[in-house]
Amino acid sequence: MNNSMDNIQKVKQSLKRRSRSETRFRWYGRAAIMLGLAAVVLLFTDIVSKGHGAFKATYIQLEIDYNIDALGINSLSDKNQLMQANWDALPKIGLRKVFSEVSGRRDKRQLYNLVSNGAGFDLKDHLLENPLLLGQTETRWVLADDDIDTYYKSWLDGEPYAARLSKKQVQWIGQLHQQAQIRLQLNTNLLTRGDSREPEQAGIRGAVVGSLLTLLLTLMLSFPIGVAAAIYLEEFAAKNRFTDFIEVNINNLAAVPSIIFGLLGLAVFINFFHVPRSVPIVGGLVLTLMTLPTVIITSRAAIKSVPPSIREAALGMGASRYQVVLHHVLPLALPGMLTGAIIGMAQALGETAPLLMIGMVAFIVDIPQAFNDPATVLPVQIFLWADSPERAFIEKTSAAIMVLLSFLLIMNVSAVWLRKRLERRW
Amino acid sequence: MSEAKVADKKAISKQNLEVDQQQETVGDRFCKNPKMTMRNVNVFYGEKQAIHDVSIDIAKNEVIAMIGPSGCGKSTFLRAINRMNDTVEGCRVEGDIKLDGDNVYQKNLDVVELRARVGMVFQKPNPFPKSIFENIAYGPKIHGLADTRVDLDEIVEGSLRKAGLWEEVKERLHQPGTGLSGGQQQRLCIARAIAVSPEVILMDEPCSALDPIATARIEELIEELSQNFTIAIVTHSMQQAARVSNRTAYFHLGKLIEVNPTEQVFTMPKHKLTEAYITGRFG
Repeated sequence: MNNSMDNIQKVKQSLKRRSRSETRFRWYGRAAIMLGLAAVVLLFTDIVSKGHGAFKATYIQLEIDYNIDALGINSLSDKNQLMQANWDALPKIGLRKVFSEVSGRRDKRQLYNLVSNGAGFDLKDHLLENPLLLGQTETRWVLADDDIDTYYKSWLDGEPYAARLSKKQVQWIGQLHQQAQIRLQLNTNLLTRGDSREPEQAGIRGAVVGSLLTLLLTLMLSFPIGVAAAIYLEEFAAKNRFTDFIEVNINNLAAVPSIIFGLLGLAVFINFFHVPRSVPIVGGLVLTLMTLPTVIITSRAAIKSVPPSIREAALGMGASRYQVVLHHVLPLALPGMLTGAIIGMAQALGETAPLLMIGMVAFIVDIPQAFNDPATVLPVQIFLWADSPERAFIEKTSAAIMVLLSFLLIMNVSAVWLRKRLERRW
Repeated sequence: MSEAKVADKKAISKQNLEVDQQQETVGDRFCKNPKMTMRNVNVFYGEKQAIHDVSIDIAKNEVIAMIGPSGCGKSTFLRAINRMNDTVEGCRVEGDIKLDGDNVYQKNLDVVELRARVGMVFQKPNPFPKSIFENIAYGPKIHGLADTRVDLDEIVEGSLRKAGLWEEVKERLHQPGTGLSGGQQQRLCIARAIAVSPEVILMDEPCSALDPIATARIEELIEELSQNFTIAIVTHSMQQAARVSNRTAYFHLGKLIEVNPTEQVFTMPKHKLTEAYITGRFG
């Protein structure tokens, strides 16, 4: 009796210590999660605070006179005339109308620099869409130069950055602001145009399309190959040293630095098979090599998670091995396989290094239309912009990162959703 | 530990030694009109021998129960009959296992055909995660037994009726089979097995995961099925063996010790090991 009382006392004493250590352990866990969340929040706030500006661009309101004499054309149907026409004259005339007092070559050049050097071509496109405007006058918002854009945004924020502008230009902008002839507008260029040396004209459409084409090819190649390999290894291959060797190598492949795959692609696909450089085909092939191990490993895990009792039931019914796989294992493993494929794709979407090796780092203005058009991809575009000296590319870079992150977010959310949706409970 | 128990243990281990030396099985192993004949069957898992030289017949339309302590090889033996052991890495079967005179391990006999003729019901109910209808229809579909949808419907209804499940599920044939209760799932598995009209049904502890009421239903079912099918059932429950089977085979350490009509095994076992087991001195 005494003895058991003693024991109860001892248990009671140890209870406090045990609950203390459990509480401590819980706090370790919470701290770890907090740390992770804080890193994510920090990253996102930094990127969004830098990048949100890029979704707006500065426009200047000018009176545009589609003057036949100034343009030097008399018809819009003559292609030769269109090519030789002096489109730049349109915004220049408009600017001179606002600032009629400006004279002298230097001052005039500074004045003309207020608008983007692509403004003339934008007006040309606008005129071709509305041919009736020829010979007419119209008030129009014209895209400002990137230095003006940077200054105007920073000035609105209360910390003007005028290092790249002359005093006169700053004064002109002030005047435009007073007359409400300068404003921020939604930047459609960012999502509709390809790359450009001029930050205000640069967009990520080309990189987005390049990424989509490359990923499409990667998915079409890596998913069937990976699933076939996984099924063979799990369901058909004899378990012996050779298959162990293969398994070790697949796991190894998953850990090979991605740039090595780029070198391999360069040596094999480009130098040996003469696949053109910088195209989604070669990008897709290299990313397929890189994604395959991920797809194989996740598919094998998905196949392994199908309960053996289902295989036994089907075999016991007289189904052949192939029928067991096709009718039972594959449908049950598919959600896991798809999740793995999406995660592999997300990895491939963010991959930069191997694509640098196969020439997808080229400066490409045109938006790729096919698998064999020169293209670049989102992360490489980010790399290129981050490397550019123009200050306006800072916010562009962050904006491109935001677009990339939102694609990744969509993919990962859909992977989780797919798993939840198709998951079976046993 | 009392002295009597120690003496008992010693006696049993001595008997074990005797079993090792004695190869002959006690009782009537063979019958006149066998559906299946097994001769000198040895089963190995790698180096380890799980079944030692077992010879036995299974008569047409009989229910034969296989009993014995855990690890005695009764399940292994059962799974050798329809070659389910093929899927086990390193498993090797020696000896003759014949179904209607055809060796099931001969090269030109397709295992798919064998399993269509020798069906199996497993320990844990394992319906496919599909509808009740699809579960039953699967076998007939892969073996091409039903030419039309009407045929298939008939097979499904007939199988469910034979398994005594029709009245319970006829309103929800297209709901998942995994939503049924454990006992219903096991009867669904039996219905699935008989949907391809096998000649022999192997049951590997079919009631070990079920409650007594569900067990009683399955036992009734086994009795009904024995009119049309030959049934070999492995069971841990001696009462169950006594209730459902015509003959009982007692396995011990991979050897077949005794085969006799069930009544005789449970009332006057010939072998001492059988007696020790059924009187509950080990198991």
